[in-house]
Amino acid sequence: MTSLETFLAAKGIYFLTFLLLFLGLYGMITCGNYMKKLICMNIMQVAVIFIFLCLAQKDGGTIPVLFSNLRNAEDYINPLPHALMLTAIVVSMGTTGVGLALLTRIKEKYGSIEEDEIIERENK
Amino acid sequence: MMRNLPALIIIFPLVSALLSVFLSKISLYLGRNLVITSIFISLALSIVQLREVIINGPISYKFGNYAVPYGIEFKIDTINAIMLVMICIIGLLTGLFSTNFEENSKDRIKIGGSHALIALLCVGMLGMTSTGDVFNLYVFLEVTSLSGYVLIALGGSKGVVSAFRYLLIGTVAATFYLLGVAMLYSVTGTLNMQDMHDILSSRANDDTMLIAMCMFIAAFGIKMALFPFHGWQPSAYTHAQTGARPLIAGVMGKIPAYAMFRYLYCVYGTEFKYFRYFLIVIGALSVMGMIYGSVRAMAQTDIRKMLAYSSVAQISYITLGFAIGTPIAIAGSFLHMFGHAFMKGGLFFASGSIRYKYGIVDMNDFGYIYKKMPLTSALLSISALSMIGIPPTVGFFSKWYLALGAAGEREYIYIAILVISSLLNAIYFFKMIEKIFMAKDRDLKPIGRDSVMELPWTMMIPIVISILMILGLGLFNVKIINILLMSLGGIGI
Repeated sequence: MTSLETFLAAKGIYFLTFLLLFLGLYGMITCGNYMKKLICMNIMQVAVIFIFLCLAQKDGGTIPVLFSNLRNAEDYINPLPHALMLTAIVVSMGTTGVGLALLTRIKEKYGSIEEDEIIERENK
Repeated sequence: MMRNLPALIIIFPLVSALLSVFLSKISLYLGRNLVITSIFISLALSIVQLREVIINGPISYKFGNYAVPYGIEFKIDTINAIMLVMICIIGLLTGLFSTNFEENSKDRIKIGGSHALIALLCVGMLGMTSTGDVFNLYVFLEVTSLSGYVLIALGGSKGVVSAFRYLLIGTVAATFYLLGVAMLYSVTGTLNMQDMHDILSSRANDDTMLIAMCMFIAAFGIKMALFPFHGWQPSAYTHAQTGARPLIAGVMGKIPAYAMFRYLYCVYGTEFKYFRYFLIVIGALSVMGMIYGSVRAMAQTDIRKMLAYSSVAQISYITLGFAIGTPIAIAGSFLHMFGHAFMKGGLFFASGSIRYKYGIVDMNDFGYIYKKMPLTSALLSISALSMIGIPPTVGFFSKWYLALGAAGEREYIYIAILVISSLLNAIYFFKMIEKIFMAKDRDLKPIGRDSVMELPWTMMIPIVISILMILGLGLFNVKIINILLMSLGGIGI
């Protein structure tokens, strides 16, 4: 393997997850539709979950369930980031739920979820 | 009972919040009364805990008795013990105050639900303050934010839009925080704050710490509405539910500031290589925020919007103390935190009462309000004087300690900005006082029910206690500073 390939094999996944993170942020800034902003917010949250899961991985580790023939810590991957991300997924679901509930209210009151039209109606 | 104090303080409001909606189905006001009682119990327990901490030193509470770096730890020293008392007092007063804004509504879910949200907001803030675990802090941050979004959304059609905008930007903040935690976790392998500090100071990884700190400043900056990150704040504070506004505006912004203090001084510590530069960055942001917030506040006529912009300026005083970085300045910022909670809470209590009685929010209509609502006008004037910094109110003493700390570090530019910002405060708060005492009588007609007193007793209590606290914190400032210094000395600043 060339040095670039080893580098990509070890660190490439971080570039991909950060790409996903900034894609989400970019979408939140540029989209004019609140629904699209909410979707981009979700993409961003998923990216951070991926970053945590990448931290848990290592070569030669298996799932963190006790096998009788594997007794050493280095044979298992770190389960803690997975446990943390389980909480983060629940939180992100809660945030999305509140966001969607607010969006239905906005649609009811303003008749639109486009940012320009809402601002226009707010100032009226 | 005594051993489990740190957990009990959080569990009471949490349980009552979960039961509140359910109990409202049985009897109209049962859930609401349960919430108020539970926050009152938490207040009593937190006062007991404060006494305990002052006498016996910091408490470390281990959940489920797991050893410290593995399990979740609650760490109570004198700083967060006082903050817990402050959150409970404002929470209790807000719980009482907001009962008046739902009397006409017979919607059981609404009455039980809005009080459940106030209790949940208290739970989130109490948890963020007491925890010693970085991921636990994230969970409580989200509890605070989610209940905050909904309380803002309850404020009508404009409130829904500002809540949605806050939700988007607030989630970015939470995500940045999580990203910072991921970076620190990848270099230390621990989530406990004290353990993380020990590992970071022995084998420092300065570049990772640098990027993680940028993430934390952005995250907490958004949550506390520090100057360039404040965009969501004015409309959110303006359109939040009137009853819950004192809690949202008075306390919600200060807890992230406290968390930022924990990260700066307890997790990173002064031995961090780029520590000095971060203090300069935070100081620059605070200085800009103090001027910007005051100038924008001067242009407003809607009292809610004026107070919201003034919060941008006031939160900068708190971060300014952290940026100066001497124990006396940091104690000054914490005194400002407590004082400002009662000043801003009090101003929102007063403006909410005026709105409750006459349905007005524009300051130009405030003429002769001092004759119609003497106590409310007294609170408005005292809070305004405290905001400007006139002795013997608490505002003077907190600014005094900040200036004292800045003089000790020879940061004279901070003192100059402190004085300029106070003068700008004087301009817009005297404008408000002038409207109360001098403006033409508007012949206002009360819209609420007639009562013997100026207001119902559930609104009088918050107003009287706010007045007493603003004066009391000012008169007994030396005591509070000494209690704060007890813990600040141990952090190693």
